[in-house]
Amino acid sequence: MDVGKYDLNDTEILQFDPQQTELALTTKDLQVYYGKNHAFYDGSLQFERYKITSLIGASGSGKSTFLRSLNRMNDGVARVTGQIWYRGLDVNSPQINVYQMRKQIGMVFQRPNPFSKSIRDNITFAVRENGIKEQKKLDEIVETSLKQAALWDEVKDDLNKSALSLSGGQQQRLCIARAIAMQPDILLMDEPASALDPISTLKVEETMMELKKNYTIIIVTHNMQQASRVSDYTAFFHLGHVIEYAQTKNIFTFPQKRATDDYVSGNFG
Amino acid sequence: MNPKTMNKLALTTIKVITGLVVVILAFLLGRILLQGVPHISWRFLTTASQEFVAGGGIAYQLFNSFYLLVLTLLLSLPISLGAGIFLAEYAPKNWLTEVIRMAIEILSSLPSVVVGLFGFLLFVVQFKLGFSLIAGAIALTFFNLPLLTRNVEESLKSVSNLQREAGLALGLSKWTTVLKVIIPEAVPGIVTGVVLGAGRVFGEAAALIYTAGQSASVIDFTNWNPFDAASPLNWSRPAETLAVHIWKINSEGIMPDAAAVSAGTSAVLIIVVLLFNLSARYLGNRLHRKLTSADK
Amino acid sequence: MDPIKTKIQTRSKETRQEIWGQLLSYAAIILIVAVVCSIFMFVASKGLATFTKDHASLRDFLFTTDWSPTTMGKDGRPLVGALPMIAGSFGVTVLAVIFATPFALGTALYMTQLAGKHGQKLLQSVTELLVGIPSVVYGFIGLNVVVPFVREHFGGSGYGILSGAFVLFVMVLPTITSLTVDSLRAVPSHYQAASLALGATEWQTMYKVTLRAALPGILTAIVFGMARAFGEALAVQMVIGNATLMPHGLLTASSTLTSVLTMGIGNTVMGTVGNNALWSLALVLLLMSLLFNLVVKWIGRKGRI
Repeated sequence: MDVGKYDLNDTEILQFDPQQTELALTTKDLQVYYGKNHAFYDGSLQFERYKITSLIGASGSGKSTFLRSLNRMNDGVARVTGQIWYRGLDVNSPQINVYQMRKQIGMVFQRPNPFSKSIRDNITFAVRENGIKEQKKLDEIVETSLKQAALWDEVKDDLNKSALSLSGGQQQRLCIARAIAMQPDILLMDEPASALDPISTLKVEETMMELKKNYTIIIVTHNMQQASRVSDYTAFFHLGHVIEYAQTKNIFTFPQKRATDDYVSGNFG
Repeated sequence: MNPKTMNKLALTTIKVITGLVVVILAFLLGRILLQGVPHISWRFLTTASQEFVAGGGIAYQLFNSFYLLVLTLLLSLPISLGAGIFLAEYAPKNWLTEVIRMAIEILSSLPSVVVGLFGFLLFVVQFKLGFSLIAGAIALTFFNLPLLTRNVEESLKSVSNLQREAGLALGLSKWTTVLKVIIPEAVPGIVTGVVLGAGRVFGEAAALIYTAGQSASVIDFTNWNPFDAASPLNWSRPAETLAVHIWKINSEGIMPDAAAVSAGTSAVLIIVVLLFNLSARYLGNRLHRKLTSADK
Repeated sequence: MDPIKTKIQTRSKETRQEIWGQLLSYAAIILIVAVVCSIFMFVASKGLATFTKDHASLRDFLFTTDWSPTTMGKDGRPLVGALPMIAGSFGVTVLAVIFATPFALGTALYMTQLAGKHGQKLLQSVTELLVGIPSVVYGFIGLNVVVPFVREHFGGSGYGILSGAFVLFVMVLPTITSLTVDSLRAVPSHYQAASLALGATEWQTMYKVTLRAALPGILTAIVFGMARAFGEALAVQMVIGNATLMPHGLLTASSTLTSVLTMGIGNTVMGTVGNNALWSLALVLLLMSLLFNLVVKWIGRKGRI
C-alpha cells in the first residue's frame, strides 16, 4: 500500500474550549529538526488535565520525537521550534529552568531503565537530591509511589535488593514509581509496555488507569488495543504530521481521515 | 610448494613463534624472581640503602615509591575524571574536540624522559621546587593523565544512554546524573584502568631521575608531620624510588653487592607490578559483578 | 502566584551544579591541553637556543658527528654534531621493530585465528605482563643477560646497538602484538569464511585475506612500536655503552638521543651551550614523537578510503 498518497495537510484536530476544559499542556506550531532533516511538522495539540492521551502511528511517524520534545529531552539532540504552554509559560524557551520543568513533566521510557541501585534508592535518589532528607518522609514516599505503581506488594520485603533483580515488567513499574515520586503534574510515557510481556503490560495499564486520578498522562503506543483500552483522547501521527486528534472512541469507530481509517483498521503500520 | 605443505609449514611457524614469546616471558619472570627473591628478606625491605658497603636495604625507596604513587593518583585522578567527563559527556563534535583528542594522544606517546625533563625545567628549576616528591608526582601525573583520561572516557561511554535519560528526566542536572548515576556504573572500568596505570607509574624511572631525584634522604618513620623535612610524608624532599634505585646502582653503583641489591629490588618491583595487574583484573571483575548482580 | 510557575522560571540548585560541573570538566581538559602546549613551548625554546643564542648550525647538528658542545669548532661554532645519537636512535628502533614484527604478527595470528578460549586468555596475560615489566628491569636483564650473550656470540664488548635492539625487541613486542590483535579482530569473520569456503587453506586465508584487510591496523601497530622504541630511555641507556661516537657497527658502544639526555642533563649547567645542546636532542625526540603520531593519523585516513 502506498502510504505517500495521503494529503498530510488535510487534518482534523480536536480543539478544546479553555473556558470549559482544564488544559495541562498545549503545543503550538511545534517543529522538530534533526540537523537538516525536518522530522516533525506543525504540532498544535491541547492535552486535557487528568486524562490519558494516546499518540499512535507507525514507526517513524514522529510520535516519540514529539513526546520527547515536550519535556525538552531532545535538547542537544534535535532542534525544536514552536511553543509548549504549561501553566501559562512557554517551556520551550531558553529562559526556562529545564530541571525544574522536568520535575513537573516526568517521563517513563520505552525500555525499563532503573538505576543499578537498590529498589529503595531508585525512588529516593532524585527525591533526596531535591532536598528531602528526612528518613520517615522518604520511607513514606517510597511506599506511596510503589503503591501507586502497583508494585508495593511485590517488593515491600526486598526494598534493599538491586533493582536489576526485578523482572522487566516490575522494572518498568519501578520506573513509573520513580517518576511519580517526584510528584509531577504530567507523565509522559514513551511506549512503556512495548518491551513487556502481555501480563506485565496489563499491570502497567491498570497502573495508568489508577494514576489518571492525580496525573495527566500522555502516552506513545504502537499498540492500538492499548490506546483504545486506556486513553480518553487519541492523536494519530503519520510521516511527521498529526493527521487526526479526537476522542479515542471516535478515532477507532468513526475516523474522519482515510489515513487514520487505514491505520486503525490495520492496513499499514 | 603445494598449498597444503605450505599451510602446514606456516601454521607450525606461527605456533613456534607464539611458543617462543611465551618462553621469553617465562624466562624473564623466572630469571628476575629466581635471581632476586633469595635476596628479599625482612631486613632488606626495612633497612636503609648503602652507597659504599654491602648489606644495604631498600626501605626508603620502597616507601618513596608507594608515597609517590599515592601523590600521583591524588593529582591525576581528579583531573582525568574531569577531562574524561568532558570528552564523554560534554565535548561537542567539532574540530576543537579533535584537536584536544590529538593533544592527549600526543601526550600519551611522548617519551617519558621528555616529560621528566619538562618537569625538571618547569618545576625543579623554574618554580624552585628542587628535586622533590611533589615535582616527581607532577611529572608522573603528566605521564599518567592521557591513559587515565582515555580510560575514564571509555568507561563512561560504555554506560547505556538510557541511564543518562533516566537521570535527566527526573530533573537532575546532567552533572549530577554523570556524577551519581553514570560514574558509579563505570567504576569497575575506571578502577581497572587506575590500578593498571598505577603499575605503570610504580615502575617508571626515566621521568623521575630529574624530578624526584636520585637520592634517598634519610627519613624518620616516627615523624609524621608532613612539614618536617625528615618526615616520610614531607613532599619537598628528594626521593629515590625503587625503579630509579635499580638504574642508579647499575649505572654508577659502587657498593660491592650491587648485583644482588638490584636483583632483589627488581624482584620486589616485579612482584608489586604483578600484584597491581592481578588486582586490577580481580577488582574489576568483582566490582562489575557486585554492581550488576541480582542480589546485593 | 503559582509557586511552581515561579520555580520553573528561576535558577535552581541544578542550574548551579551544572555550571560548576561544566567549569570543572572544562578546566581539567584545558589543563591537559595547556600541559601539552607548554611542553612543546619550553622544550622548543630551550632546544632552539642552541641555534639562535649559541649560533650552532642546524646542518652541523643534523649531519656531523662531532659531539662536544662545550668546545668550539674551527668556524667558532660549538661542536654539536648529533648524527651519532640520531643514527643510534634510528638504529635500535628499526632493528627492534624488524625483530619484533614477525613475532608480533605470529602471536597475533595465533591468538585471533588458531587459539581456543584458554589460549587467548593466556596470551592476553602474556602481552599484558610484558607491558607491565618496568623498563629499568628490562635494562637490568639486558645488562645481565643480553650483554654477556652478545659478547659471547657476536663479539665486542657486548654493549652496543645490537644489545639495545634486543632489549627493545621484547619491550615493543607486546605493543605491536596487542594493536595487531585489535586490527585482526576487526576483520569481519565472513571474509575468512568466504575464503575458506572457496577452498583456500588456512594460511592462504590468513595471508591473502586477513592480513591484507588488517594491513592499515598492522602498520599503525608497527609505528606505535617504533614510537615506543624511539622514546625509551633507561633500558637502552643501560646496555648501549654510551659513547657519543658514530656507530661503526652493531657491536660497538654507541648512544641514542635518550641515553645522552639521561646521562647529560645532570652534568651540565642550565643555560650553557652544553645544556642547550641537550635540549636540542630533546626537541628532536619531541618532533619525532609528533611525526609518529602524524603517520598514524595518515595511515588511519588512508586505510579508511
